[in-house]
Amino acid sequence: MTNRPFIATGNPGDAFIWWEWITRRPGEIWQRTVEHLQMTVVAVSIGCLISAGLAMLALRYRWTMTPITWIGNLLYTIPSLALFVILIPYTGLGFLTAQIALVSYTIQILFRNMVAGIQGVPSAVTEAATAMGYRRIHRLWAVELPLAAPTIIAGVRIAAVTVIGLVTITALIGNGGYGAFINDGLNRRFSTPIVLGGALSVLMALLVDAMLMALQKAVTPWSRRSATSRTSGAR
Amino acid sequence: MEPAVSDISNLRGAMIEILNDLWGFVATADNWRGSNGILARGRAHLWISLVATALATAIALPPALILAHLGKAPVLSVGIANIGRALPSFAVIALVLPISISLGFGLGFWPTCVALVALGIPPIFTNTYTGVATTPSALREAARGIGMTSTQVLLKVEIPHSMNVIITGFRISAVQIVATASLGALVGYQCLGSYVIEGLAQPTRARDRLLTGAVLIAAMAMSVDFFINRAERHLTSWRSVLR
Repeated sequence: MTNRPFIATGNPGDAFIWWEWITRRPGEIWQRTVEHLQMTVVAVSIGCLISAGLAMLALRYRWTMTPITWIGNLLYTIPSLALFVILIPYTGLGFLTAQIALVSYTIQILFRNMVAGIQGVPSAVTEAATAMGYRRIHRLWAVELPLAAPTIIAGVRIAAVTVIGLVTITALIGNGGYGAFINDGLNRRFSTPIVLGGALSVLMALLVDAMLMALQKAVTPWSRRSATSRTSGAR
Repeated sequence: MEPAVSDISNLRGAMIEILNDLWGFVATADNWRGSNGILARGRAHLWISLVATALATAIALPPALILAHLGKAPVLSVGIANIGRALPSFAVIALVLPISISLGFGLGFWPTCVALVALGIPPIFTNTYTGVATTPSALREAARGIGMTSTQVLLKVEIPHSMNVIITGFRISAVQIVATASLGALVGYQCLGSYVIEGLAQPTRARDRLLTGAVLIAAMAMSVDFFINRAERHLTSWRSVLR
């Protein structure tokens, strides 16, 4: 398989992109898009939940910060392909294995940004909230979380975009998604599906990134105003 | 409570089996020798990672330093960072293959290397740019005030000040390159990833090579991360004075 060259046979498939091959497959493209998005949304959501729990733990009990950061970095450093493979004997080929690897990849990014976001809330603000009678959980929810939202969502954007790229690799362990196109193209030495899978994955990453950015602007309407006043105020 | 107990013993059994598989493969001398041996593939893996990291650094570092020093093209820096993250490494490796063959470079080293360089550039560029560009202007002005030229400000103030951010970018790049080099096995480059690809082709029979490949790749990525971290601490040891 590995050493067969791309053979020029005079077929339209020899072209770098064979448009007709793509336009004949709206159903397959839609199915792969749904699979890819599903994998991404599940992984980022679970990652957010776990990281939120870990961030609350680390903010409440400071000594847990270092070990959590350390484990997050370790998981982040293990190459995703290797992690998929190491998990196969436990969780088999497929969805669960892919999800464990993807989620473990997001935790470092999400945790770091959540902690940075909450810690970045000016202490004058939290003290004022306390003085106004906010208890810990209420203060976190009503005061600190909104102020930390831009940093937290920035983390979610990075995690989502990274995961969308990684989901393509999960095709190697038998998952669908755009990676299935790339895998198919590699196995058949046929460039059109490779281009298609890669381009759609980048497109999805950019769209999801833009959507999350729009979400951030929607939930923090004040941030834009303060950002403009800050830039015009400098220099 | 019965199922929980059996689950745990299953898990322990599976773990022992995995370690047996791994040990069985690693402890066989023949698996180390020859062109498909662990040594040859490990060396090839490290070599392509070194070449790709060096090339990515050579391409990304100078323009990032100069543009950030001059305060130009901040949008470019953000754009490169975003595109770098959105590009799926699998697609880049797969895509370089047909291009390389149609240009006559063939399979193996060069398609993999080009893809790795492309993936390694964004973190180095972005971190270098951000590090230099966020040097406090007070530092810069003080440096100009004591008579440094513009080049001296870059070399003696901005680069040392942002050294840890620059090395972090370099480290992210290097680790990512080591991790992605495994995918080079898909385009005919013999490296540690070849064990994984061969193993995935027959997951039940070749579980030992599958696991060996995965563990060796993970070990290599983690050692690279570790050593660059140590080097960073060494290179920025003066920072401990500030802490």
